Amino acid sequence: MSAIYILWLRQLKRYFRARIRILSSLGQPVLFLVSLGFGFGHLYQRAGAGNYLHYLAPGVIAMGILFPSVFSGIEIIWDRQFGFLKETLVAPVSRVQIVLGRTLGGATTALVQGVVVLMICLVAGFRVGNFWLLPVALGFMFLIALLGNSIGTAIGSALEDVQGFQLLMNFLVTPLFFFSNALFPVDGLPAPMKLVVSLNPLSYGIDGLRGALGHTFMFSQAIDFAVLGGITAILLGIGSLLFSRIQL
Amino acid sequence: MIEVKNLTKRYGEFSAVNQISFSVRKGEIFGFLGPNGAGKTTTIKMLTTMLKPTEGSVRVCGFDPVRDQGSVRRTIGIVFQDPSLDEQLTAFENMELHAVLYGVGRRERDGRIEKLLRFVGLWDRRADFVKRFSGGMKRRLEIARALLHEPKIMFLDEPTLGLDPQTRNHIWSYIENLSRERGVTVFFTTHYMEEADRVADEIAVIDHGKIVAQGSPASLKEKVQKASLEDAFIALTGHAIRDEEASNTDHLRQVRKFIGRR
Repeated sequence: MSAIYILWLRQLKRYFRARIRILSSLGQPVLFLVSLGFGFGHLYQRAGAGNYLHYLAPGVIAMGILFPSVFSGIEIIWDRQFGFLKETLVAPVSRVQIVLGRTLGGATTALVQGVVVLMICLVAGFRVGNFWLLPVALGFMFLIALLGNSIGTAIGSALEDVQGFQLLMNFLVTPLFFFSNALFPVDGLPAPMKLVVSLNPLSYGIDGLRGALGHTFMFSQAIDFAVLGGITAILLGIGSLLFSRIQL
Repeated sequence: MIEVKNLTKRYGEFSAVNQISFSVRKGEIFGFLGPNGAGKTTTIKMLTTMLKPTEGSVRVCGFDPVRDQGSVRRTIGIVFQDPSLDEQLTAFENMELHAVLYGVGRRERDGRIEKLLRFVGLWDRRADFVKRFSGGMKRRLEIARALLHEPKIMFLDEPTLGLDPQTRNHIWSYIENLSRERGVTVFFTTHYMEEADRVADEIAVIDHGKIVAQGSPASLKEKVQKASLEDAFIALTGHAIRDEEASNTDHLRQVRKFIGRR
């Protein structure tokens, strides 16, 4: 247990010490919020779909969680390159404990980041529908963070160096965000696109978050929780497996 | 303390380590020498549970590194060839993290950290981030860290690589201290022959994955009739430069791993 705790603490310390990284990873969601939110707001309204900012904000919050959490999972590559990974891998603790500590730490920092984005959304005009459901919203945010971190852990364990990293970011993580229900409603999408969005685990996270923040659901909250939780658990398993196979 | 019999590591056709046997006695300073790519680091990795041998048997403190990983890991301390500190943490935090990973109790922790940081002369810098440390300071911190869980055997893979003579001297005096005063068994590799000559009780020379000579520094020099260990080393392992070969096999290993994963 204490091994998990100290590795969790390490992620937190590293996060709060890298202020520039915090700022730069907040930039992207804010950019989306402002440009899309205000840019498309009036069109959305005219189409009779309501307040776009209310629709968009949960998607932007998810974005603010997903990217840093994937990134903190992928940090394994850097730890490998700078050698610290060895120190943890030859310690008399199981690899599962190491993965759990890292993952929980990375997910916690991503959750903090998500809360900051939520506050920025509130400043921009987003309103929470039901404050009592805020813990549920935080739960979904944490699950999204775990999802991203597990993906990052799997990638970081499988890759030996930084070269493949950009490729995977571009072809896996970015599409994960764009082919979800983060930016647009799913009703009325062409069938293949709708299928892709429905197969994307992130859609369930965003849907759950959107529901909990007091706006519309696409699926039901139970389905959101089950699908997101299930897929996250599977990915966490895959990530741990790949991590336990790392050879130095 | 260390018993190695017919230890072998093969990557496909290539034998990185080929049927080597040796033993290290308690409290001894054992130098493991060889040109680049000779199999030094591969051997250390097998002794320290990081790599599974293809064949042969290893006993470290009586434990088998394959079957009894945890016991081996608790009884050894390792200073790796490349740095392995978290640069974003302070010296103290690096020590603390290690203590927790190795299950050093809260009560002993702070006292031991202070003692060891004083031992390597870094107590005054305990609150500084490691990224501000020089190469020599990082090395000293790594040595202090490896001692934190009071290991019976210390493995040091080229502990003085890239350091200036002053720091190298310093580090060897710590290492000699460990053995003489604390009874810690030391297993090290180095490319600096004078250093090995000065501190090692026993030396094994490995080349192309095989041990070509073993004995005290004096007996090795006598064997090939040379005045210095460096000359003896060259007489034993030849003049050819091995760098290319080493990076090639490294490269092959990478490719193999990559293909194996897919």
